[in-house]
Amino acid sequence: MSEVEETLKRIQSHKGVIGVIIVNTEGIPIRTTLDNSTTVQYSGLIHQLSAKAKSVVRDIDPQNDLTFLRIRSKKNEIMIAPGCEYLLIVIQDDRGK
Amino acid sequence: MEIVYVYTKKRAEFGRQCNFTDRSAELHVDILPDPSLAENFIERNPVDSGIQCVQEMSEHEVNTERFETGSRGINHTEGGWPKDINPQEVEQVTRFRKKVEKDELYVNTIQQLGTVMEHCIKQNNAIDIYEEYFDNIQLSNVEESPSAKTINVFRDPNEIKRTATHISWFPDGPRKLAVAYCNLEFQGSSPDTSMDSYIWDVENPNKPEMTLKPVSPLVCVEYNPKDSHVLLGGCYNGQIAYWDVRKGSQPVEMSPIEHSHRDPAYKAIWIQSKTGTECFSASSDGQVLWWDIRKMGEPTEKLILDPTKKQDMTKALGAMSLEYEPTMPTKFMVGSEQGSIMSCNRKAKTPGEKIVAVYPGHLGPVYSLQRNPFFPKNFLSVGDWKARIWSEDIRESSIMWTKQYQSYLTDGCWSPIRPSVFFISKMDGTLDVWDMIFKQNDPTLSLQVCDEPLHSLRVQEHGRLVACGSHTGTTTLLELSDSLYTLQRNEKNLVTAMFERETRREKILDARHREMKIKERAKSSADGDKKEEEEGEAALEEEDIYVKAETEFWSIINQEKKNMEKKKDADMDKADLGKQSPIPEDQEQEAQEKEPEKK
Repeated sequence: MSEVEETLKRIQSHKGVIGVIIVNTEGIPIRTTLDNSTTVQYSGLIHQLSAKAKSVVRDIDPQNDLTFLRIRSKKNEIMIAPGCEYLLIVIQDDRGK
Repeated sequence: MEIVYVYTKKRAEFGRQCNFTDRSAELHVDILPDPSLAENFIERNPVDSGIQCVQEMSEHEVNTERFETGSRGINHTEGGWPKDINPQEVEQVTRFRKKVEKDELYVNTIQQLGTVMEHCIKQNNAIDIYEEYFDNIQLSNVEESPSAKTINVFRDPNEIKRTATHISWFPDGPRKLAVAYCNLEFQGSSPDTSMDSYIWDVENPNKPEMTLKPVSPLVCVEYNPKDSHVLLGGCYNGQIAYWDVRKGSQPVEMSPIEHSHRDPAYKAIWIQSKTGTECFSASSDGQVLWWDIRKMGEPTEKLILDPTKKQDMTKALGAMSLEYEPTMPTKFMVGSEQGSIMSCNRKAKTPGEKIVAVYPGHLGPVYSLQRNPFFPKNFLSVGDWKARIWSEDIRESSIMWTKQYQSYLTDGCWSPIRPSVFFISKMDGTLDVWDMIFKQNDPTLSLQVCDEPLHSLRVQEHGRLVACGSHTGTTTLLELSDSLYTLQRNEKNLVTAMFERETRREKILDARHREMKIKERAKSSADGDKKEEEEGEAALEEEDIYVKAETEFWSIINQEKKNMEKKKDADMDKADLGKQSPIPEDQEQEAQEKEPEKK
């Protein structure tokens, strides 16, 4: 098993993790653990949001950069780690506790 | 006199910063006082000057731009794929993904991001930094005074205004209102009066969403709770009609005149049935008719509201209001023009037995009748100057009643959410909200909705919105404050206790009343025994009774007068309605007793 797969599996095994999606710069889902329609919706919307968030951070201070984006919602938490080419999205349910 | 001082500056020094230096004071000009000028001085006394003590007003006009909305749709499709890849082709997509996954940058990035992500997940699982510590504390203790605000007003669009006689809410959400318009004055409508009734969109008071065009004006209109496209209407001429909004403004079918009511069909209600097509209607002609809209040719069932249970049309009481609770499908209640309330059961063996019980009711027509949605044994009736709450078991009198109002009441209903709250509309244009738990002798909220008499009232099923129809056809939509449509803590228990207590009280009073009657009878018969003469005893006794009744009556009156003077101050403090109300009640009964005696 590749290292990527291992990493994903480890993430997936954590408590409360509902899904993991990897999206490229164009917003195309590369790897997902969710069903297709959910994945497409998440990747399309979150890709735009993280791009916007990144531009906001950089507009405020050009030396700064977005490192992580967490979205708390009533039902779950969406965590977005933006890399240079790819986005790692994890949806974690925090009601399970 | 002119004082001129010339500054000179070289052009080259223009705009240069100033260089201030100290120097001694220097006199530029000296004006000496001129005594001749003082001679010309005239003192002005008194001095006149205008003052405006009224607040100054000004008029402005503002024309805001018209706000128009429209609905548009957007279709989102999957995109962003490289040009040579068709996202619909599974093979191409997987091939593209495989290619990306082999990319070294991808592997590195994901591993790097994975660690960051894991850190966050662990953090989340270790401690909930957003934990709500005070979750259990309820903020409802913040007491806000009950209020209501007008959110929309729907006016009868016709030149000749008619009364909004009945309102029905759209059953699937508070979006639409059906309002029946009819001039109820006998022969009061001119031939030019419109016969239309309307369905309004709650958001748009400018134009009705749909027009219902009956052959005779509608007195009542009711949405079918099972099918929100279908509406039932009772006409002024007694006919029953139904509409399907998908089929236009004309009624789909009407009952034939010869089989319909002979008076205005004041109430028509849908019955809980499998098909959702059954309904029944009541009219002041003393009939209750059952219908099935699939065959409107004739009523499926018929009941004559004869309280003597003989089905005699000449003795029938005209119905003004009708009550039907879907949870008890065979039972219904009718409020009559004469003031009595009849509790009926549709499934009785003979037509006579259908009238199960008759309650004394009111001094005038019973305009509204409704069972409490939580305690169907208890029902609210509105008539004359009082609203009364009854218990099914007590047939002699109501268990609770409101104070005697100054103006006539026109309609009333329970809140669908709060068992202790009910609403009353009045002739003086006010809407009263009663909360029995909060206050028993006064309404919690009294709101002047409009300056003309209110005629109808209906609460939306969520309990937040109330629609009131007025005499000239204005329907006002009111939004109640939170406290009036959120169930209070312990409310159901409190209301149960209150109803039970009042029922018990009424039972005890009733038993006492009966006991006294029996005693009286025993006493009078004992008196009769003493008399030796058997003959003429009856006549004597009768005479005796009259004399006795008269003296008794006057002694009671005198005593009451005294008592009233005494009690006047004491009564002011008594807050409990149950204790206070029976006094005017007694007087009423005496007044009724007095009349036959005079004859």
